[in-house]
Amino acid sequence: MLSIKNLEVSIDNKVILKNFNIEVKAGEVHAIMGPNGTGKSTLANVIAGREGYEVLNGDIIYKGKSILESKPEERAREGIFLGFQYPVEIPGVSITNFMKTAVNEIRKHKGLDPMPAGEFLSMLKEKKKIVEMNTTLASRSVNQGFSGGEKKKNEIFQMAVLEPQLAILDETDSGLDIDALRIVAHGINSLKNKDNATIVITHYQRLLDYIVPDFVHVLYGGRIVKTGGKELALELEEKGYDWIKQEIDI
Amino acid sequence: MLKDKIYEDFNLNRNVLLDNFSEPIRQLKHKAFESFVKLGFPHIKLENWRHTNLKNIIENDYKHCFSPSDKDVDIEQLFQCELPEMDTYTVIQYNGWFMSRNNDISLMDNGVIIGSLNKAFKEYPEIVEKHFGKYTAVEKRSLEALNTAFAQDGIFIFVPDNVKLEKPIQIINILDADTNLITQPRNLFIIGKNSELTLVHCDHSILHRQSLINSLSEIFIDENGFVDHYKMQNKDAESTLITTINVHVESNARISTNALILNGGVIRNNVNVKLNGKNAQADLKGLYLVDRKQHVDNQVFIHHASSHCYSKQLYKGIIDDDARAVFNGRILVDKDAQKTDAYQTNKNILLTDNASVHSQPQLEIYADDVKCSHGSTVGQLDPNAMFYLRSRGICEHSSRMLLMYAFASEVVDTITIEALKYRLDTMVSKRLKGELSICDQCVLHCSEKAPDFLKMDFKPIV
Ligand SMILES: Nc1ncnc2c1ncn2[C@@H]1O[C@H](COP(=O)(O)OP(=O)(O)OP(=O)(O)O)[C@@H](O)[C@H]1O
Ligand SMILES: [Mg+2]
Repeated sequence: MLSIKNLEVSIDNKVILKNFNIEVKAGEVHAIMGPNGTGKSTLANVIAGREGYEVLNGDIIYKGKSILESKPEERAREGIFLGFQYPVEIPGVSITNFMKTAVNEIRKHKGLDPMPAGEFLSMLKEKKKIVEMNTTLASRSVNQGFSGGEKKKNEIFQMAVLEPQLAILDETDSGLDIDALRIVAHGINSLKNKDNATIVITHYQRLLDYIVPDFVHVLYGGRIVKTGGKELALELEEKGYDWIKQEIDI
Repeated sequence: MLKDKIYEDFNLNRNVLLDNFSEPIRQLKHKAFESFVKLGFPHIKLENWRHTNLKNIIENDYKHCFSPSDKDVDIEQLFQCELPEMDTYTVIQYNGWFMSRNNDISLMDNGVIIGSLNKAFKEYPEIVEKHFGKYTAVEKRSLEALNTAFAQDGIFIFVPDNVKLEKPIQIINILDADTNLITQPRNLFIIGKNSELTLVHCDHSILHRQSLINSLSEIFIDENGFVDHYKMQNKDAESTLITTINVHVESNARISTNALILNGGVIRNNVNVKLNGKNAQADLKGLYLVDRKQHVDNQVFIHHASSHCYSKQLYKGIIDDDARAVFNGRILVDKDAQKTDAYQTNKNILLTDNASVHSQPQLEIYADDVKCSHGSTVGQLDPNAMFYLRSRGICEHSSRMLLMYAFASEVVDTITIEALKYRLDTMVSKRLKGELSICDQCVLHCSEKAPDFLKMDFKPIV
């Protein structure tokens, strides 16, 4: 589904990713871990099409096609979803309005008529249940005044509404209390099927107790330096990154 | 030159401008004219006129209408411009003159008087003389002096004590002439103790001739009274619209104003509020959506003359193309006006490099126990928000639209009358989409080209 080859990315003339490679197939869950500032969010943003990054080398192939030239909205319509590490507050735009606009723009792109209002509202209600989202939240402005945990729940709620094929969840677990973590993880799991794939970026093994990854990758120095199963996450939790850094730097 | 024309007009029309009025009014108008002669038109050397230059405008000639139009105007047609979902009393000001279907002035069962100011001078002299010109600075502000000297007609509303007018009064100000026109509409609104009035003031023009409106409204709100004032401006590019609202607020009384500027050539709005009694409140809002070569200047002056008063200003604007916006918010707190709360916010979005804004707070505080804040921002649409929206599949245009609409809605959402809010909300979104109109069924729409920046099929969903 996603194949990144030899990717080299810079921002402000500073190279962040270099020789980055990953293969993600439908039905898989990949976890990406790594020290702060190594480029995990950069990777997520580049896949989602954020401006400001320069791709110096390599390619991102999604569903068989390079998406480097596609706009963020085009990628989203093709099924890419980014769960933001720092969800953006948008005063004056209600979540309901936001999702309605998104759903209908995607439908229009697919040649479908706008979803009838009644159908949309009952769909929204179903999706709220998945993340046990407070009903009043949806009528509020997007993320405005939301607690850290509410913002993350809102990301997964949007994912539930948009039903992406490739979800990249950037530290969706950070800032969640124990119950919220369970709810969010449960939500992510319930959206999983054999046709979609998930990349979770996380610092904590905890999340991976709930969302069992097929692969755990360590990002360091701009590339994946180690790949393993879920036991790698346990090892990292225990020993930190120093031993990997040593392995690499030698 | 307009100035010469004004001298000539005044001298040749003394019979209708002075002789027709009672002695105190005549004296005031005479004094006002002399003041105008002394002060002249405002120029850019004056602090409050630095960014709005009338020079080119006053080089033109404009004609005054010294009597009401005898043209057969189809009022029924014009009345289509009512806010359809709203039950309003509608009054029309045609080339500055009050115009009505039947009565020029009417006294309602509850004691409310609505009608022509010209008639009110004659029929209710004691009420009019008590207030006319009392809240206006004819010695200092030349355009207020000019208006006072030339004032002949306008809307007069008197609400006695303890009357809450349920229906808003909608005033439609129309210019319609085949020559360049100057009008000096003069309105007087008097609201008694514990009384309430909602005013919706719309400025339109029918013909695209050069025009200059210099309107002045005086509002007196007695103790515990409330006036909710809405102004909608949708004018053509050839027009210059200068409006002044002078409000005098007694203790526990409140004024709320909301200026929605959707289009215009040159627009200058002055709102001057004097909070004259304890606990008086002013809540002043404005939204300006300007493009092409439009120029919008909002000047707010709040005078805290008494203790425990509250004032808030919220002005927001989106400025496109080569358009220019000016905001000047002056807060004056007298020495005795302790426990004053005064807040001011001005936020602007510039959509192009050529768009500009001049935003300036002016605080003069002579009391020591005062809470006062001001903030002004000028920026582009938030790129993080843009990416967030686009990452959900919403195209760039729609995302811009959504953000601008949201930006504007902070002002629109403060409207307390649901039907009016819905109406204005629709108007704002249409305006942003480039579907210019003031009211759906209105015959007075401007025929100018829609701005390109938002021609799209996005429909905000409420
Ligand atoms: N706009 C920018 N301008 C300059 N440097 C940037 C910019 N954005 C990111 N960087 C730098 O790129 C590097 C990678 O940042 P990134 O956010 O991708 O790290 P991360 O792995 O997600 O870290 P964390 O675990 O803290 O979230 C950092 O050194 C960061 O300072
Ligand atoms: Mg990050």
